[in-house]
Amino acid sequence: MKIKLICLSSLLLLVCSVFGQERPTAFINARVIPIVGQPIEQGILIVRNGKITAVGDARTVRLSSDVQTVDLKGKVIMPGLVDTHSHIGEGSGADGTNPIQPDVRILDALNARAGSIQRAQSGGITTVNVMPGSGHLNSGQTLYLKLRDGRIIDDLLIMTDDGRIAGGMKFANGTNPLRTSGPFPGTRAKSAALVREQLVKAQEYREKIRKAGNDKSKLPARDLNMEALAEVLDGKRVVHFHTHRHDDILTALRLQKEFGFRIVLQHVSEAWKVADEIAKAKAPASIIMIEAPGGKLEAMDVSMTNGAALEKSGALAGFHTDDYITDSRLFLRSAGLAVRNGMSRDKALYGMTMAGAIMLDLDKRVGSLEAGKDADFIVLSGDPLSVYTKVLQTFVDGKKVFDRSDPKDYLIAVGGAGATSDRDTHVHCFDGDMFGGGN
Amino acid sequence: MKNEKRKTKSSILFILTLFTIHCSLFTVSAQIAVRGETVWTMAAGEPITNGVVVIGANGKIEAVGAAAQVRIPNGYRTLSAKVVTPGLIDARSVVGLAGYLAQPHDQMQIETSGPIQPDLRAFDSYNPEEKLIEWLRSFGVTTIHTGHAPAALVSGQTMIAKTTGKTVDDAAVVPTAMIAVTIGDAANAGQGRSPGTRAKQVAMLRAELIKAQNYGTRPDAPRDLKQEMFKKVLNREIPLLVTAHRAQDIMTALRIAKEFNLRIVLDGASEAHMVTGEIKASGFPVIVHPTMYRAGGELENLSMETASKLKAAGIPVALQGGYENYVPKTRIVLFEAAIAAANGLSMRDALATVTIDAARILGIDNRVGSLAAGKDGDVAMYDGDPFEYTTHCTGTIINGRVVSEVVR
Repeated sequence: MKIKLICLSSLLLLVCSVFGQERPTAFINARVIPIVGQPIEQGILIVRNGKITAVGDARTVRLSSDVQTVDLKGKVIMPGLVDTHSHIGEGSGADGTNPIQPDVRILDALNARAGSIQRAQSGGITTVNVMPGSGHLNSGQTLYLKLRDGRIIDDLLIMTDDGRIAGGMKFANGTNPLRTSGPFPGTRAKSAALVREQLVKAQEYREKIRKAGNDKSKLPARDLNMEALAEVLDGKRVVHFHTHRHDDILTALRLQKEFGFRIVLQHVSEAWKVADEIAKAKAPASIIMIEAPGGKLEAMDVSMTNGAALEKSGALAGFHTDDYITDSRLFLRSAGLAVRNGMSRDKALYGMTMAGAIMLDLDKRVGSLEAGKDADFIVLSGDPLSVYTKVLQTFVDGKKVFDRSDPKDYLIAVGGAGATSDRDTHVHCFDGDMFGGGN
Repeated sequence: MKNEKRKTKSSILFILTLFTIHCSLFTVSAQIAVRGETVWTMAAGEPITNGVVVIGANGKIEAVGAAAQVRIPNGYRTLSAKVVTPGLIDARSVVGLAGYLAQPHDQMQIETSGPIQPDLRAFDSYNPEEKLIEWLRSFGVTTIHTGHAPAALVSGQTMIAKTTGKTVDDAAVVPTAMIAVTIGDAANAGQGRSPGTRAKQVAMLRAELIKAQNYGTRPDAPRDLKQEMFKKVLNREIPLLVTAHRAQDIMTALRIAKEFNLRIVLDGASEAHMVTGEIKASGFPVIVHPTMYRAGGELENLSMETASKLKAAGIPVALQGGYENYVPKTRIVLFEAAIAAANGLSMRDALATVTIDAARILGIDNRVGSLAAGKDGDVAMYDGDPFEYTTHCTGTIINGRVVSEVVR
């Protein structure tokens, strides 16, 4: 009995020490690109309990006596990448019965162990907006994930300050949602009309709830579609609008103006034609970097100069993989090609991190290396914009989720036999990971 | 010209005429010299520092060497670039048959009416005005091996073309290069038609080859365009370009090649890294899938290191832009070689996969693939390491003509 008690109390002590008294880790001697603020040569990044506690250099940051140091001489540290639009995790959203299905949640369709999620980690992506597809005007609710090592999707979720699971809403216009027979639209004007019809209904639903006040008997019957669209109208759920052609981009902005929802323009193949209009509407735009024109009619004028054009116009520009369209492992390539085509290095790197964080309402937590933010960062072998640079390590909430020097992770990063298999179920014993995947 | 001392009217007229002809030649194919801080000739040895490539009026390379040793003749237009390479070769594409709009009228890369159509000639479909060809050209790609897609058991012929020319005849280097064969999921006909399995695919292909063994032996037999092509394959006049991704499918390709004593070129070959010994022993070259192809389905085990592993095993390797159904509608072989260079291939070996080694595999190294006197004046110019994301292609020359000057 006594022995058991001692065992229990020592275990408790161990638990307490891990949660409350974790020793800080200082990553030293790397070039640190904090994104907010100038790059720091021989920088220091201090992490404790999954958070960044200090960023600077030997003059500005003092190392406490209990700190463990990791020497990253010759390496580069930057924030974990934020992918505003991806299809990793094998999810699917709306089905073929209706063009507008806001009740559908990608949350209910994801495989947390999917190889695609591991590939994203190996590409340095730490935060991602996982979306249902673009074959509908509205294909459902999107999900913002932190790419922690997880067994189940719950391990990867992000909770908002008001206790909701963080995510947005997927809308699409242009040719993908068009069909030759109903109930899907056959034209662009019909597409807009169908979306407006549902948003007007949602306005009425929301008004009924407001009028009911505390009188529950006057509440409308609960409607999952209306409930989700009401969140859109309330600004709680950002609309991620798949849109390619210049006129479709303007239609998305027109709907945004009419209904006042918050919007992120996604893909924007022809952003270079309407960059000023995008800036004027203060609409953030996330770019997909495609290296050849066409593939479908509405991408015939896609341009790798979109980043430069948006930067020039003053619009907030981010990037996305649209994985499976481009490979998450090569996400940094998007920034490289944007710079090749006229975007500044600073804005391109900002676009890979902070801009995405702002688009997902997560800029208080991720997107830059600043004290108080989540310890989501990547260690690179060199210049982030060089083809020869490798992501060496990826950290989420201060935990290493990818390490290129580990043969299993290396396989995921470069490919080969078994590289795309689901994550094995494995249990770490007393190596610091046993207490789960962070907050 | 020395004759001009004879000041008779007729000789002056004659000289004037000569001049006119000469001037018109200039506009067709200017005499060009390309200076490069680094010139990758892809001939033996290190790249030349401060080199120059001189291309004559006939569009052929006259001289290559260090700028201090090679004289640029008077009147030659001189271009400069930080890095100069041979014009790039895309060893397997569908561009020209497949267009960028992805609409029925510009998708000629696959004919779905039957599984075995070796009689389909790429040059009856090739559109030299296709925008994707111009696009590839602007990244330094000067030669493409293009044709019917790896989407049927025997989808048709391939051809080799320069990425310029108003007509297919202008563009063609080799009008019929190979016969495109696919083994694997993409070769299944679907909708209950044959082939529906891998074993059936092979049975059907073997039956065709066996039939062709007797083709032409009876003088009164009618001409058969399909059998005619298979006969050329059996006679080793034309290789089969066998797209096979799974290791088992690669082994099937080698088995068929052995049974019928065929020349084959392996294409795609996602799992080649799992059977390198067998491929090496066969002696056949591999046109490896685009390095950035997405892993999934039959391609789930592909690797960014395949080109490097095959090269290390001594297998001839080229890279390709490949076949894309959606966006991007074509890949750019320069970028695919770049990722291979970042994953195990040396700079030189990576460049070789899109220049001299590709030329050898395609059998056109007498004309292209390296910068050497007598070869075609095909040159690509870059303002830095060609493989870096942030480097630009600053110009492309084909047969001595500047065909792209856009900075891309």
